Amino acid sequence: MPQKGYVEISIEGCKGCNLCVISCPTDCLVLNTSDTNSFGLHYATLADEDKCIACLNCAVVCPDAAITVYRKIKSA
Amino acid sequence: MKEGYELIYQRPKTLTDTRMHYCPGCFHSTMHKLMMEVVEEMDLQENTIGVCPVGCSVFAYEYMNIDVQEAAHGRAAAVATGIKRIHPDKLVFSYQGDGDLAAIGTAETIHACNRGENFTFIFINNGIYGMTGGQMAPTTLVGQKTSTSPYGREPAKVGLPLKMAEIVSRFGRVAYVERVSCNTAANARKAKKAVRKAFEYQLQKLGTTFIEVASNCPSQWKCTPEESLDWIKDHVLPYFPLGVFKEPEKKEK
Ligand SMILES: Cc1ncc(C[n+]2csc(CCOP(=O)(O)OP(=O)(O)O)c2C)c(N)n1
Ligand code: SF4
Ligand code: SF4
Repeated sequence: MPQKGYVEISIEGCKGCNLCVISCPTDCLVLNTSDTNSFGLHYATLADEDKCIACLNCAVVCPDAAITVYRKIKSA
Repeated sequence: MKEGYELIYQRPKTLTDTRMHYCPGCFHSTMHKLMMEVVEEMDLQENTIGVCPVGCSVFAYEYMNIDVQEAAHGRAAAVATGIKRIHPDKLVFSYQGDGDLAAIGTAETIHACNRGENFTFIFINNGIYGMTGGQMAPTTLVGQKTSTSPYGREPAKVGLPLKMAEIVSRFGRVAYVERVSCNTAANARKAKKAVRKAFEYQLQKLGTTFIEVASNCPSQWKCTPEESLDWIKDHVLPYFPLGVFKEPEKKEK
């Protein structure tokens, strides 16, 4: 289970620009270069969900608004 | 959604589901997204009218889920003037590239700013004509190679790059001018805040608001999206510095 949060990246919505990957402070995203979406483009994916801190950096820089971010609800 | 987690960010409803045609990593898309997030957060989807240009963003009306009027090349400021004067209580913006706003449309831009027309300019300055094949723009940097300046821009022949934010900040009826970028997550957050401020000042009827975006064009700059961020940091921002050039509360710099 992710520690603090996780992201979902739309495979079809991603254009493989890599800007989210380089904006992530914890290096948990990678560009999947072994597969392509239906547009023939590589897409970014969450490689290590334990490292995601739900900081939103990737969602802020994603030009195509392809990223959804979830944060762990703090238990009271 | 996994159990025990909450949604903290998703694509704004003010963007349509249509896939944007922009090249990978192009800030046209980033700015569409940030602007539409602001429209959503201000709950103005039903009360916003955009005016879009000729250039790569000519199809912006397909992506922004608001009312949009398409203008002839360079004439967005004149069209936005008319719309805002008829609908003074709507939020009105023009969205223009540098070829549109600072070349063919310079007269419309300057006079709308001088009159203090109460709408917001979103000026996407990528230093080149993206759509038509990477020709030199008035904002192309000195020495920058384009298809019409193959040896680099030569000031002795074509002058120095136009600093539109600095120029329009000199007009008495212009209320707010800021230059932003999306080259880092921090700067993209600032860009969104600037759009929000501009829209709020407009609703307060303070005069013209003008946001210049130090944008990119990986395709015509002939580089990757990542390399375009380096070009912005190393070459664009030293000549086109980010920051507020004029703001209602603060006096102009
Ligand atoms: C009257 C007229 N002149 C010239 C053109 C050709 N034209 C189309 S877009 C463009 C420039 C676009 O550059 P810019 O405004 O910087 O936008 P970008 O594509 O870079 O986003 C030109 C010269 C045109 N469509 N109409
Ligand atoms: S939310 Fe932050 S930590 Fe998580 S993937 Fe995105 S950039 Fe990385
Ligand atoms: S040509 Fe340039 S400005 Fe136009 S969509 Fe591609 S990267 Fe963006």
